[in-house]
Amino acid sequence: MHGTDARPPEPWSVARAEQVIARHATTEGGLLPALHDLQDVFGFIPDEAVRLLAQAFNLSRAEVHGVVTFYHDFRRSLPGRHVVKLCQAEACQSMGSRCLRAHACERLGVALGDTTADGRVTLEAIYCLGLCATAPSAMIDGRVLGRLTPARLDAALETLA
Amino acid sequence: MTRLFIPADAAALAVGADDVATALHAAATARGLSLTIVRTGSRGLFWLEPLVEVETPDGRIGYGPVSAEDVPGLLDALLLPGGPHPRRLGRPAELPFLKRQTRLTFARCGIVDPRSIEDYRAHGGYAGLERALSLGPAATVEEVLASGLRGRGGAGFPTGIKWKTVAATGPAQKYIVCNADEGDSGTFSDRMIMEGDPFVLIEGMTIAGFAVGATKGFIYIRSEYPHAVAAFAEAVRIARAKGYLGANVMDGGFAFDIEVRVGAGAYVCGEETALLDSIEGKRGQVRPKPPLPAHEGLFGKPTVINNVISFASVPVVLSEGAAAYKNFGMGRSRGTMPIQLAGNVKYGGLFEAAFGVTLGELVEDIGGGTLTGRPVRAVQVGGPLGAYFPPSLFDTPFDYEAFAARDGLIGHGGVVVFDDGVDMAAQARFAMEFCAIESCGKCTPCRIGSTRGVEVIDRIRSGQRAEANRAVLADLCNTMKFGSLCALGGFTPYPVMSAMTHFPEDFAGAPLRVAAE
Repeated sequence: MHGTDARPPEPWSVARAEQVIARHATTEGGLLPALHDLQDVFGFIPDEAVRLLAQAFNLSRAEVHGVVTFYHDFRRSLPGRHVVKLCQAEACQSMGSRCLRAHACERLGVALGDTTADGRVTLEAIYCLGLCATAPSAMIDGRVLGRLTPARLDAALETLA
Repeated sequence: MTRLFIPADAAALAVGADDVATALHAAATARGLSLTIVRTGSRGLFWLEPLVEVETPDGRIGYGPVSAEDVPGLLDALLLPGGPHPRRLGRPAELPFLKRQTRLTFARCGIVDPRSIEDYRAHGGYAGLERALSLGPAATVEEVLASGLRGRGGAGFPTGIKWKTVAATGPAQKYIVCNADEGDSGTFSDRMIMEGDPFVLIEGMTIAGFAVGATKGFIYIRSEYPHAVAAFAEAVRIARAKGYLGANVMDGGFAFDIEVRVGAGAYVCGEETALLDSIEGKRGQVRPKPPLPAHEGLFGKPTVINNVISFASVPVVLSEGAAAYKNFGMGRSRGTMPIQLAGNVKYGGLFEAAFGVTLGELVEDIGGGTLTGRPVRAVQVGGPLGAYFPPSLFDTPFDYEAFAARDGLIGHGGVVVFDDGVDMAAQARFAMEFCAIESCGKCTPCRIGSTRGVEVIDRIRSGQRAEANRAVLADLCNTMKFGSLCALGGFTPYPVMSAMTHFPEDFAGAPLRVAAE
């Protein structure tokens, strides 16, 4: 989940989406688990999925849209092949996360929230990984990194294909 | 066969614990030796991670911090067992940082195998539930009430009162909900328990279910904690397979099971009513109270909702007795608190102690000051909604009321240390910015106030009518504090106002540039 595996996203398929949604349609409060699973399969929540979710959960499309857009985790477009999440919360700030962010932005040539032009890396902020005693920290495709320096971050970015 | 213990705690992984485990396994295999490597949680001494321990006739001997490059020489020392090496620390329990603690909730974390319920039982696990079963539901609630245990999530509401209210609601469907949406920066105690001693949390939730008559529990774990999600889900599966969850828990004639739900990156879902809406599959918006969750909670049913550490403290309250637990602490803050030392601190980690230890002891003495070696300038206690304290307030004891009396809060027990390089106006701005990013949007003071707050602080910092804008900021904070629906908007003024009060020099505003013509 959340990029911990390297499985590439599947192309959009209504049948596949319906199959994923069906696993949760009878679960109480199953919309969030369904969204997580859809994103695991397709890499993001395609607009077409909203209609299918609305039908399966007996909700309006507006309600489903409201949920999708409320949560930071759910993407509405495909991210880069790798996702780099830099912690920007206070404990990491105290150990230089603002400088690390500036370094990463310059190195990758993107702003926070953007994807490199070659589609290799999406750079994002995250607010706390619970690694606050080994700050500053980051998560790259589900792998956690602590006590980061610009050099250690560069080395980690280097390995991303 | 030699047994090694290497943490699989996310923070240990973040500094290379997996590399060390892999290298040790490979080195042992190359030499035809067989090692058993047990992946534990962390003891919470993060400056020593990765911390490798070896079982010897004299108890466990620790080595740390270890890197994969240390492995060739380290292996010989480990196999002696416990031989000399520059990284040798001796018995971890004898290290001052651990020796000074009172580990009740975290007694097993970093020691036991989090995937072994047998190991958990061998270290006193399930003694709490056994005692609850012998007491009966009503007396179990009374025991929790008598212990003085207050919610460890931040609000400090007496846990026993929540339980008593739900127990009194009659025989209808009720729920136990565990709030594992530990979003506060500087905190990681929930994560450590879920990864290092998950059965204590399962036991605590089960005791709650037994005590109030609920058969179903949910745990809502934040998505930023994938390792905790995996570790806890695995523990639930094991507990179910071994009869510790399910239709007849421990053959005690009652049913209880737990379902794991994963958050989706919304800080506000740590607020209990927003969390309930999120489990229900909705936007995580805050509900007005009343009704209290104890009356109308999850799916409209009576619900006990407590933080991870609150539930995880219940087994020891039951097994040792309310009186023993209550003996620790001061004033109305009873028992122990897992305090988390984080950020720019030399000895960062988890320090469980009875309430009453002072902030200065924690930061300077136990934490050893800053990691950078520069003077401490500010300490934020209680997460993004907690106040910034200067060293002049270091005599404040760690106690709910003492912090409140100084316009602060202990929250979930996170202490983030900053050195003298910190710009406090920038920290105040971040508090408002974070509130704007994470606001659920339901109430105006939080939704709009936070954005206006960023703008006002920007004006102060750039010297635009600094004095007048400081008054505007104070007024805005007042509106947010008293007009917001929940603690997100209501407490964001704490870091902002404390920064402005204690560090006024950072809010003086840059002098206006006058065109020199």
